[in-house]
Amino acid sequence: MAGAKEIRTKIASIKSTQKITGAMQMVAASKMRKAQDRMAASKPYSEKMLQVISHLARATPEYRHSFMAVERPHKRVGYIVVSSDRGLCGGLNSNLFRRLVIDIKEKRAAGTEPAFCTIGSKALGFFKRFGGDVKAQVTNLGDKPHIEDLIGPVKVMLDAFEAKELDAIYVASNEFVNTMTQRPMIRQLVPIIGEEQSAMPYHWDYIYEPDAHTVLDALLTRYIESLVYQAVVENGACEQASRMVAMKSASDNAGDLIGELQLVYNKARQAAITQEISEIVSGAAAV
Amino acid sequence: MAMTIHVDIVSAEGAIHSGQATMVYATAELGEVGIAPRHTAFISRLKPGDVRVQNEQGEQEHFYVSGGMLEVQPHVVTVLADTAIRARDLDEAAALDAKRRAEEALAGHTAQFEYAKAQAELAEAIAQLRAIEKLRKMKG
Repeated sequence: MAGAKEIRTKIASIKSTQKITGAMQMVAASKMRKAQDRMAASKPYSEKMLQVISHLARATPEYRHSFMAVERPHKRVGYIVVSSDRGLCGGLNSNLFRRLVIDIKEKRAAGTEPAFCTIGSKALGFFKRFGGDVKAQVTNLGDKPHIEDLIGPVKVMLDAFEAKELDAIYVASNEFVNTMTQRPMIRQLVPIIGEEQSAMPYHWDYIYEPDAHTVLDALLTRYIESLVYQAVVENGACEQASRMVAMKSASDNAGDLIGELQLVYNKARQAAITQEISEIVSGAAAV
Repeated sequence: MAMTIHVDIVSAEGAIHSGQATMVYATAELGEVGIAPRHTAFISRLKPGDVRVQNEQGEQEHFYVSGGMLEVQPHVVTVLADTAIRARDLDEAAALDAKRRAEEALAGHTAQFEYAKAQAELAEAIAQLRAIEKLRKMKG
């Protein structure tokens, strides 16, 4: 019965793996809901800001902030790569990196050098292997990312942009389509792609304190930070969704495997019994 | 019925308050401002301090903001609150920190210990802020 015993231990071990993946699936499901709430909660802030910024841009057309400046030819571009801190979330990160590598190759072919800012330990690990100029990084944001953790890395990139070391900054992150689908996306952060400068329906303006430029500068930095924060939160929701799906399929696979092993085990047991009986019978016949 | 103005206080991490008010007080860059309904359009940076919202019953609610923007339109007041304390040198320090971390991580050294220490300090600072906020509420 040695074969049967081995199979039994194997079944037991797969069962405990199944329990773990099942628990992870449920945890991911509840975290995903919270992450989606956070995603929705971060929207009003940046929407409101965009309203004010577009108003300011229209009201003071003579002042152009460098973030809103016209595109200059791309010599060096920056990517803010948003990834998860933990693994076991399906192809979420690798899909994003694959998309990014394609983009980088295209840019390199056009003579543009990339620089990176990584958010999350998976992206950092990737660039350690892949190589690349990592200007700033932040890891261990946890399930509830805070905007203050992002101020530093974003500032590094924005400073580089203002110093004309970078000609554009992109954010690479996953877009949450629904629970089953997450799409890797690369979006342009700065220069801000302005909407059409339509004429104002009627003229009114704010009283500025202290003046329009200061207000606009402060707003723009915060707006960009909030966009990055949104990308991080959205990526968090993607991570949980992707993990939930990955863990569900892992649990299902474990179930299938257990079923198959059970059959093998039953066969092995039956074979052993048959063999024993035939041994007894042939022994009795010999006597 | 008293004239009211709609007040939204939002931060990057979520909405903090939304409702009607008869008066809003905030610490603007050049001093404290009081916003009554139908105030003309106004925009200012906020200094760390509290935002007081007086509702129709005459009760005041306090919100501590560590900075941000105040936008006023005749019927709406929007406070875009910062969740973090912002100052040029603090931001600079955060930026340097992010750079240093990248360099260290790539060089293979882990600054796990320092990171833990920094995190503890941050937690402490947050606790202090909360205490100040509570004190302010009690006073107001």
